[in-house]
Amino acid sequence: MDAVGINWYTVEITPDGKPIPTYRVLDGVGNLIDGAEMPEISRDLARKIYENMVLLPTVDNLLYNVQRQGKISFYVGVLLSYSTLNSTPPTDDRGQYRELGVLLWRGWGLDATMAQCFGSKEDESSKGRQMPVHWGSSKYHFHTISSPLATQVPQAAGVAYALRRDPLRRGKNVAAVYFGEGAASEGDAHAGMLFASTLPSPTLFIARNNGFAISTPASEQYFGDGIAARGAAFGMDTIRVDGNDVLAVLAATRKARTLCVEKGRGVVIEAMTYRVGHHSTSDDSFAYRPRQEVEDRKRIDNPIARFRLFLHSQGWWTDEEEEELKSRLKADVMRAFKKADSAERGPLGNVFTDVYGGEEPWNLKEQRAELAQLLKKYGQTWEPWKAELNKFSDKGENLMQGHEKDE
Amino acid sequence: MLSRAALSRVAPALSHVRAAPSLAARRPAFRSYASEAGHSMTVRDALNAAMDEEMMRDDTVFILGEEVARYNGAYKVTKGLLDKYGEKRVVDTPITEMGFAGVAVGAALAGLRPICEFMTFNFAMQAIDHIVNSAGKTYYMSGGNVPCPVVFRGPNGAAAGVGAQHSQDYAAWYGQIPGLKVVSPWSAEDCKGLLKAAIRDPNPVVFLENEMLYGVSFPMSEAAMSDNFILPIGKAKVEREGSDVTVVAHSKMVTHSLEAADLLAKDGIKVEVINLRSIRPLDIETIKASVKKTNRLVTVEGGFPAFGVGSEICAQIVESEAFDYLDAPVERVTGADVPTPYAANLEALAFPDTALIAKVIKRSLYRTN
Repeated sequence: MDAVGINWYTVEITPDGKPIPTYRVLDGVGNLIDGAEMPEISRDLARKIYENMVLLPTVDNLLYNVQRQGKISFYVGVLLSYSTLNSTPPTDDRGQYRELGVLLWRGWGLDATMAQCFGSKEDESSKGRQMPVHWGSSKYHFHTISSPLATQVPQAAGVAYALRRDPLRRGKNVAAVYFGEGAASEGDAHAGMLFASTLPSPTLFIARNNGFAISTPASEQYFGDGIAARGAAFGMDTIRVDGNDVLAVLAATRKARTLCVEKGRGVVIEAMTYRVGHHSTSDDSFAYRPRQEVEDRKRIDNPIARFRLFLHSQGWWTDEEEEELKSRLKADVMRAFKKADSAERGPLGNVFTDVYGGEEPWNLKEQRAELAQLLKKYGQTWEPWKAELNKFSDKGENLMQGHEKDE
Repeated sequence: MLSRAALSRVAPALSHVRAAPSLAARRPAFRSYASEAGHSMTVRDALNAAMDEEMMRDDTVFILGEEVARYNGAYKVTKGLLDKYGEKRVVDTPITEMGFAGVAVGAALAGLRPICEFMTFNFAMQAIDHIVNSAGKTYYMSGGNVPCPVVFRGPNGAAAGVGAQHSQDYAAWYGQIPGLKVVSPWSAEDCKGLLKAAIRDPNPVVFLENEMLYGVSFPMSEAAMSDNFILPIGKAKVEREGSDVTVVAHSKMVTHSLEAADLLAKDGIKVEVINLRSIRPLDIETIKASVKKTNRLVTVEGGFPAFGVGSEICAQIVESEAFDYLDAPVERVTGADVPTPYAANLEALAFPDTALIAKVIKRSLYRTN
């Protein structure tokens, strides 16, 4: 109470007014913390999770180097410990860009990953129209990635609303949306949480707090108690979890999903972690943080190492299997890369298709016809155009025949 | 409204037998177009009927926006729909355009057909990323996997005495975006047929209404009263035939253009007035054919002059064979290049009116009298 008897409040969510605590199950060397309850997990599930986790840095290393070689324009590292989040029935996912683990877990495959990054003929997720890491899959319920930050948050609340309207999916499915602690500053992020709590709609908000938004540290991103306090302030069930602890994330997410489905309202998970990589291929993080700090974190709080130690302690993993896994995954990734690197680009007509659904407007028909006419006239007789046409899988044939849809 | 709601449950076809009484024009300066066919409807009622019919026909259609449900709509356009369809299909939202436009886009991407109402399109700027970057581009960027069948609608352009942040015309803003369809209707028939088409369209449609037209009554043909009356998006309509000059306008400016045509008819000038109806796709063929007939072109819009609808029409005409048919440069009549002032006398100077359009038409005919 101040002198005139008015109580001033900041958000005091916990009884003692301290920051919301971080839920953990495993300690730094993969042992169960005293008093922690182990979530239900079988040997097979644990091994599958581990393999998926090791796959991510394997993919990262290759595609990062491929970008430096100029073969793809851009890449964003995806190493983060939440592949566990998807051992549950189909959820509609709206990602930000670091969620390849989700797609790989569901079986989307390395070939599709590489095809998207290279924009090759095999790219079904975007037909070569999206820059790298902007993948999506209707089959695996993963909405196509959109670049502007946090726009996926209110859209996820809308997807969840649609799920609630569908009698076949009501009470069974949720929409999960991922975003970083930086994107969480956007107006959209707050608007989205407002809608999920107020409409309401069964939206699972998964905030990856990795300490950095490019060079902006979390201390300059927000003043309050992170993202978790905001979830609670909006009236939603909220948990803060150790994002580098597989078992904690597994347990928290399972429970969060159940709450979300039962209440039909938003639920918030803030996963705390540390971004050991650069933000993307356009960033050199040693310009704003000490190399030693990164090396220390890699050693001390490595989600893969912690989980591996846990697996060892259960007798579910051996060193021989570790070696075998590493070389197998590396070979898989290399194979997929080589395939995509040498693949053709899609048909030339793809530049015009899918701008609109339904009938194509006259202006696109006209442009297509004009290009077809020019191709017919110069396509085989003028060397520069002939060379260019060879890069397309159909060598422009489809367009020249006057087809409006590609085959 | 009550009787129509009651009838509709029994038999949708019966709900259109009654002729909607024309509400007293809110601005006495506006004409009420007399009906010869026997039916007439205000623009407001036409929009309401369109949404009502489409919601009846298709369960996935729903409305969201500020004040759309319990208040019956900020401009009463959604009147009666909450009572008829319930809270799940007419949704009052918190005050965040980026929030409810985002929710609308997400719902559309997940298979519903939302109608997202903005209280005016000025406020839609707070949601414009969802409209342009998500709704407009997702179908293309997803390789044709994910369509976004959402309608964004609301008042656009000039109102009366509401100042700069409530009076801007966004036709040119959205008209530029591949992936969006943009509609700017004028009459009640336009509104009904085009809104129904927009709701049924698999693409995102920006539907630009005008507040000052809501209360205006227009004749409705028998066909227009049907619950299956659709107008094609991307086709303009020749509202009045003429042989001396082509005037192309959209939305409220069609009213002023027709009035100017009436005025000039007394001087023996025969003005052809084209109602654009759609901004994107733009029906340049109809304009070209008209220019080939009249040899002179005047465009009329309420929006700002730079990079506007008239600029685009002029450029496309000049790029086409119609250029050779022009006997005079194309004239653009637009809003003034200032933020809209509030004071009534200043506001009147900021938008084209009938007298101004008539003057420019004469100028294009090289007439000084």
